Amino acid sequence: MRIDLAALLAILGMGAVTYLTRVSGFWLLGRVTPTKRVEAWMQAIPGAVLISLIAPALLASGMVGFIAAATTVLIAARTHKLLPALLAGVVIVAAARLLFHAD
Amino acid sequence: MDHEITFTRHGVWAGVRACLPIALGAGVYGFVFGILARQAGLSLAEALLMSAIVFAGSSQLVALSLWITPLPVGALILTTLIVNLRHLLMGASLRPWLARLPRGRIYASLFFMTDESWALTLGSLAAGAGDGAFLLGSGLTLYVFWGATTALGELASGLVSNPAQWGLDFAFTAVFLVLLVGLWRGKSDLLPWAVAAVVAIAAKHWLSGNWYILLGGLTGSLVGAFRHAD
Repeated sequence: MRIDLAALLAILGMGAVTYLTRVSGFWLLGRVTPTKRVEAWMQAIPGAVLISLIAPALLASGMVGFIAAATTVLIAARTHKLLPALLAGVVIVAAARLLFHAD
Repeated sequence: MDHEITFTRHGVWAGVRACLPIALGAGVYGFVFGILARQAGLSLAEALLMSAIVFAGSSQLVALSLWITPLPVGALILTTLIVNLRHLLMGASLRPWLARLPRGRIYASLFFMTDESWALTLGSLAAGAGDGAFLLGSGLTLYVFWGATTALGELASGLVSNPAQWGLDFAFTAVFLVLLVGLWRGKSDLLPWAVAAVVAIAAKHWLSGNWYILLGGLTGSLVGAFRHAD
């Protein structure tokens, strides 16, 4: 059971700002009303952050990564379930590495 | 505009019951988070601590992809804040019902507010159930599942010696892709997401560090703000 000091600081900081986001919406609404535009901005953040995370990695991952990603998206869109979509992508990548030593 | 509201044990149990099926699904994410946390180099204690203190799935998964040595503590906290800003809207939407409850109960219950427990609670309150403890009950249910499955995933991941051989490094990308499919609201998301992708790829190419995540996320979401507000 090891906890690194930097990790502890990061986790405490992440927890503090997350709690702040959980309570301050409730608290703020007693004082100000957000505009439609601010609401739309906040709602759009998670999707844009997730895209930014994976786009460079996908671009660098080559044909196998692209096929695995497309399969994952298709299955997720059909089933709305994490596990089958994730397993399909992982199996494709693992199989390609095993068969072709490809990346 | 404030509604009549109570805060009872009955409300807690109503929240627990309503949330159990959803908690099973969230548990799958917790399990995957545990596996990926181990791969990213977090110890069991660190992963559990993160799930117990942060308790916000997508921001925790995003944090794992930033988890390098030396740890970029500032970037981790800033990115977590940005990803979780949407909580502001969720908390604000509950105010008409919760406003009359004692402050301590509100601020304790809000610690457990997630996308799922918020949606269930809003549904329950809007249907006239009138018990604010529903938020606490549904949130606590997710909290227990999230922590337990984080630990299970960490322990299971320890059994695999070479994750890349099994394609497990792709699991990161896969989880984010599945989350994105869930966030997709239609064609109006296409332009913001394309902008985010292009900016992120360019920033990753020309800038060092993890700025590409925030730059892509901010530009993409600003485009989204103008697309959706009109």
